[in-house]
Amino acid sequence: MSKSEVDAGDGVHPGKPVIVDRYTAAARINHWITAISLVLLALSGLALFTPYLYFLTGLFGGGQLTRIIHPWIGVVLFLSFMGLFFRFFRLNLWERTDSVWMGRLRDVLANEENKLPEVGKYNAGQKMVFWSMSLFILVLITSGVVIWDQYFGNYFTIEQKRIAVLIHSVTAIVAICVWIVHVYAAIWVRGTIGAMTRGKVTGGWAWRHHRRWLKDLVTGKH
Amino acid sequence: MFTPVPNPTTNPVAAKFGQQDLIRRSASSVTAPAKRQTEVAKLIDVSKCIGCKACQVACLEWNNLTEEVGVNVGVYDNPHDLTANTWTLMRYTEYENAESGNLEWLIRKDGCMHCEDPGCLKACPAPGAIVQYSNGIVDFDHDKCIGCGYCIKGCPFNIPRISQVDQKAYKCSLCSDRLAVGQGPACAKACPTQAIVFGTKDEMKQWADHRIKDLKSRGFKNAGLYDPPGVGGTHVMYVLQHADKPQIYAGLPNNPSISPLVEVWKGVTKYVGLAAIGAFAAFGFLHHAVAGANRVTAEDEKNAERLTEGRR
Repeated sequence: MSKSEVDAGDGVHPGKPVIVDRYTAAARINHWITAISLVLLALSGLALFTPYLYFLTGLFGGGQLTRIIHPWIGVVLFLSFMGLFFRFFRLNLWERTDSVWMGRLRDVLANEENKLPEVGKYNAGQKMVFWSMSLFILVLITSGVVIWDQYFGNYFTIEQKRIAVLIHSVTAIVAICVWIVHVYAAIWVRGTIGAMTRGKVTGGWAWRHHRRWLKDLVTGKH
Repeated sequence: MFTPVPNPTTNPVAAKFGQQDLIRRSASSVTAPAKRQTEVAKLIDVSKCIGCKACQVACLEWNNLTEEVGVNVGVYDNPHDLTANTWTLMRYTEYENAESGNLEWLIRKDGCMHCEDPGCLKACPAPGAIVQYSNGIVDFDHDKCIGCGYCIKGCPFNIPRISQVDQKAYKCSLCSDRLAVGQGPACAKACPTQAIVFGTKDEMKQWADHRIKDLKSRGFKNAGLYDPPGVGGTHVMYVLQHADKPQIYAGLPNNPSISPLVEVWKGVTKYVGLAAIGAFAAFGFLHHAVAGANRVTAEDEKNAERLTEGRR
């Protein structure tokens, strides 16, 4: 028997339509702090990454302030993401059906979800976003400290900083790509965004995309 | 004796070079001037240096800098390293020449080399914070500097320093302000032995040849000019008694070039990175146009209602 897909705070309210609680207020606040930090980090980071986007420093009060504020937002993101990590990691553990799901990515992209195995609270794509972001944010905060010259400049050699700045920029690019996938999926799969704004989705949404989660909720499996 | 740069007129004159003479500007593209100014250079003859530090003093004096009072740790180097205020530093090395059995005191005046291919400028993200004039001077514009320290990562010689006061990067300007009105650099002016001379790059190479011949006639068979090709040559050059071993001069790099890590970071990463972000966004638009939204159907809602009915 597989583990329960139900998280603390998840609930189901019968009716027409059925309403399902997916994220608690705390989880949503945690998510949006992370989201805002990530967007600000991407904007300020890209501003210093390429001259084509240097104008973005204007959003932060100029180049000096962008340089000052970027690492601090990074600290906020790291702490905030740690919250999300411990909140979500249990139901993001990889399972055998996830590999099957990934293998049928063509059906996923073609909106042919009836051909896929029943999904728990998170599908394999969401799990990939979760784990890759966890890894990237760890790499970014670590390499970021190495190039945070104002406070840590004396602790690292120039060669270490060169390696760190290259790793930091490449990882950031990949993280931004994963973020695009995350945001696009939320838009493409209609009815998803409500999960993070009001914390609720409809029963039909849960049935269509996360049937095993819905079934566990209904049967009261713990 | 090398004829020093004469004292210029005290009457006001137009600056000899300016924004119109830029050949490189950090994080921006410039239209190179049709005619390049004559390249200048400073030649530092290590064999003639007596280690008096007049150049260090002249640099502080002219640039209105004050260094903190330091601590003696048993070496002549004072301060111990370049700082945001010390743009040039005498580095003292006691070298035991195994061949001659002599103890040689190698004194190298460290500071910005004014590379023809400046790594600091390549790494700098702030438009115009680092500029290169067509006469070869690489200069920092502190109003535009954001203090990120990328120039430090770009520099193959470990020269720029970030000030702990204003968090901006500082280094030797080759006295661009003095040069603009026809003077030579302050350090060259102050040097009592002409270990530092200044002129056009061609003149300096000729003078170096003359000095190298003299050194060779005195038994320094490896005497030579340090004008490293890995950075396209420099506008500060050394005459070294042992040009085959630059590293013995307090770690002068043997064959400096911009780190490949910096080249990758500032080259291919920038373009591939932006292209990848664009490709992901484009995939999203295309996918939505082709596959369309994934909508919950009325049947899905019915199925959910049926599933939950038992609990009502």
